Amino acid sequence: MDAFTQHIGTAAPLRRSNVDTDQIIPAVYLKRVTRTGFEDGLFAAWRNDPEFVLNKPEYDGVSVLVAGPDFGTGSSREHAVWALMDFGFRVVVSARFGDIFRGNSGKAGLLAALVTEDVVEQLWATVEKDPGTKVTVDLEAKTISAGELSAPFEIDDYTRYRLLNGLDDVGITLSHEADISTYEATRPAFKPATLPAKA
Amino acid sequence: MGRTLSEKVWDAHVVRHADGEPDLLYIDLHLVHEVTSPQAFDGLRLAGRPVRRPDLTIATEDHNVPTLDVDKPIADLVSRTQVDTLRKNAKEFGIRIHTLGDPDQGVVHVIGPQLGLTQPGMTVVCGDSHTSTHGAFGAIAFGIGTSEVEHVLATQTLMQARPKTMAVTVDGVLPDGVSAKDLVLALIAQVGTGGGQGYIVEYRGEAIRALSMEARMTICNMSIEWGAKAGMIAPDETTYSYLKDKPHAPQGVDWEAAVEYWNSLATDDDASFDREISLRAEDIAPFVTWGTNPGQGVPLSANVPSPDDFDDENEKVAATRALEYMGLTAGTPLREVRVDTVFLGSCTNGRIEDLRAAAGVLAGRKVADGTRMLVVPGSGRVLLQAESEGLDKIFKDAGAEWRGAGCSMCLGMNPDTLAPGERSASTSNRNFEGRQGKGGRTHLVSPLVAAATAVLGTLAAPTDLQPLDVPVPENV
Repeated sequence: MDAFTQHIGTAAPLRRSNVDTDQIIPAVYLKRVTRTGFEDGLFAAWRNDPEFVLNKPEYDGVSVLVAGPDFGTGSSREHAVWALMDFGFRVVVSARFGDIFRGNSGKAGLLAALVTEDVVEQLWATVEKDPGTKVTVDLEAKTISAGELSAPFEIDDYTRYRLLNGLDDVGITLSHEADISTYEATRPAFKPATLPAKA
Repeated sequence: MGRTLSEKVWDAHVVRHADGEPDLLYIDLHLVHEVTSPQAFDGLRLAGRPVRRPDLTIATEDHNVPTLDVDKPIADLVSRTQVDTLRKNAKEFGIRIHTLGDPDQGVVHVIGPQLGLTQPGMTVVCGDSHTSTHGAFGAIAFGIGTSEVEHVLATQTLMQARPKTMAVTVDGVLPDGVSAKDLVLALIAQVGTGGGQGYIVEYRGEAIRALSMEARMTICNMSIEWGAKAGMIAPDETTYSYLKDKPHAPQGVDWEAAVEYWNSLATDDDASFDREISLRAEDIAPFVTWGTNPGQGVPLSANVPSPDDFDDENEKVAATRALEYMGLTAGTPLREVRVDTVFLGSCTNGRIEDLRAAAGVLAGRKVADGTRMLVVPGSGRVLLQAESEGLDKIFKDAGAEWRGAGCSMCLGMNPDTLAPGERSASTSNRNFEGRQGKGGRTHLVSPLVAAATAVLGTLAAPTDLQPLDVPVPENV
């Protein structure tokens, strides 16, 4: 995973709440067995609508998405994060995220920045007034700024640390292999195993 | 001070704790399916890592599989590739897999419990948000993304921040004809889709204790629909009698030791929760959703709400959008809403008890003209059980379609989808825009409401049906 310290880019206002992961990428687009190429399914149901924000020429090339509350609720599909990243997003800003979506973002390198609803409203107003406004997201300082606005965002410390350093979770965990083996030795005998199969 | 059920199970699985870091949790059971696993196995291959515990891992194919012609190759080539990829990965990494046509193939959250692999006090994960289902046994069970699937395959652990605790207490007795599905839909309508965020929820109280394991699974299954990390119910005699004869249940002295441990898991009297919610079972009625998230629900006896009924500006906007998408007019009685398709199935309501409940309503009756009904058992074993009880005949005689096992129309990844504008009454878990097919309109309901709706062709409860002249046979 690439390290993430600071990102500067333009932002799209997504004035909707409860954008669940089925809206971010419908299930029919999840059939690929590869890790890339999911941008075609991003917001598939809305992409034919010329009024949809990402279809407006003034929001071409955006890399920050500012969404209403409860963004990424629903299914656990990490494809939702991949679709956003494949499309070009590096940061999603919202006042509330689905838990699994937020976890997946941290794993895949998409920054899910949690702000107050008031900050979302201000960001919407700013980038609607001037879509070319540069939005700066500083993970070191945990701040987001655009035009006159500068506001803090929340992210859990551990995800922040991993993003800043571009660390791979599996590698970190395997450095604690001895702890895992020690734990395994204490598991009770009555715990089930899938093998050998019983019918 | 005492501990809650979830705290006890959590503490028993901490491999490593360090201040300022998430806990490293041991995972007792990892369920794998074809959609969220291919990139995880690829990751292992790239890093040259094995699956640490194939003996704590089990795979099945459910999301993509057809429910017709299951003995033929999958017609959709992309779906077939995904299913074939899982089969190859299972073989390469030594993982047990149940493929199409095997009685233990089916929705991943149906097969774990039916094999007896889901037990109290465990940690269970799967790359699927409805993993919360397994919490019905007193396990901590939650959905994970593909990066985490890879992490569990490689290490049999997960890094997890400790969630807060919440109690949902339901006292009293559920009225006749009111099911677990109605209860959980009513709860979500009250607390909203984000109400459980950051919490592991324990469902407790007299009404929960009275529920069967199937009904408990329905409740825990929907925990994710109000944002909870997981939902749990303390194990009791109902749990043990469900588990006792299952293939992977502990045997002999192991059973005794297990029960003794499981009995110690209940929340201590002096434990406290970070948040508590109470409901009265008597207040719950048959419930349906009218909108495009599971929190947009009302009793079946109500009218379609108006955006003006909501104070919150976001909810107002969401209601306006939802009514437009659903093609509904505020003020219409829900009982007058015509339904094109009834879907009975899914990890929420695709178990034998759900099929029995619906068959009990359909016996001696017919599905309305202009309405189709799909019955999709949750697993091959549920299908065989239903057929041995003659339920398939009741469904077919009523004019419903009897299908093979899988996720099917719950998420429409296989050919079972709604057409644009088509309206369903569905026993599944999500009424999101396009969930069951692009432009499809979903009303979430219980199996009883689904069956009655199939008969009348409009949203209905069994009490809305004309009594039958001939009594229903006793076995349903």
